[in-house]
Amino acid sequence: MQDQALRIAGVDYRSRLIIGSGKYKSFEENLAALEASGAEMITVAIRRVNLGQNADEPNLLDVISPNSYTILPNTAGCYTAEDAVRTCRLARELLDGHKLVKLEVLGDQKTLYPNVTETVVAAEQLVADGFDVMVYTSDDPLIAKRLEEIGCVAVMPLGAPIGSGLGIRNPYNIRLILENASVPIIVDAGVGTASDASIAMELGCHGVLMNTAIAEAKQPVLMASAMKKAVESGREAFLAGRMPRRLYASASSPLDGTINN
Amino acid sequence: MELVVNGKQHQFEGGTSLASLLQQLAVTEGRFAVEVNGEIVPKSQHQDYVLRDNDAVEIVRAIGGG
Repeated sequence: MQDQALRIAGVDYRSRLIIGSGKYKSFEENLAALEASGAEMITVAIRRVNLGQNADEPNLLDVISPNSYTILPNTAGCYTAEDAVRTCRLARELLDGHKLVKLEVLGDQKTLYPNVTETVVAAEQLVADGFDVMVYTSDDPLIAKRLEEIGCVAVMPLGAPIGSGLGIRNPYNIRLILENASVPIIVDAGVGTASDASIAMELGCHGVLMNTAIAEAKQPVLMASAMKKAVESGREAFLAGRMPRRLYASASSPLDGTINN
Repeated sequence: MELVVNGKQHQFEGGTSLASLLQQLAVTEGRFAVEVNGEIVPKSQHQDYVLRDNDAVEIVRAIGGG
């Protein structure tokens, strides 16, 4: 069965997996994982250049080229709407006018939970400034809807805290978000292993974004390959429509014609 | 002149244009972006942009992140 592409800000993606570029041992390992994952989009962070030292050190974007992949600059590390908006403007300049950004405004260093009120303020400013905003948020259905109404091109609720690998902790909220959504819903954060990605897709999510689950695996490239399959199989299972859950057994073999009758 | 570059005091004597500061800091290759006093200065304007005493300059690039 031919599945529809994942359309974000007018661009069609065949892969429903988005990966990160943090915590890898090298740019080369990151690229190998990216290739194994089949992802077409990869997140990057925006940070100050190290001045006076390693001025000509290799650059991530020399290894993972914006010509081959959609680069998704994030606002990780921003705790105010103002910092997040500035970071997005720097990213747009850095990437020659590229408008697609991942907005995240954090609220607390221990949980890295999103500060949703600052996120809403930043989303409003960025949409008004012409950005295509993919927004990281909590799994609150009302806030997710609000962010969609502001004009975000994708809403990305967490499955569990960033980097925790705890999986999809509140599938019922993800379902509520999906029920009301008319933009792609992408689970961002919380995935720990392949089955977590499948669960997100089986719920009907349009995609999954992950970093640590691949980068911190003992073999990141192998885990990237596993995640590719998990996202695809979860998607197919969702489209296929699962059987109902039953409390008691339901025989798979016909009861008629057994030899003891 | 005295500048604040990426949050640190920086004594700059090599000229007045933003391009000359970037040259002195050896930030010329690859992708980077510059902001002065909170406003983006597009690459096309680096040559002509005149820095003033106490300007706050931010120079950023893309690194690994999730």
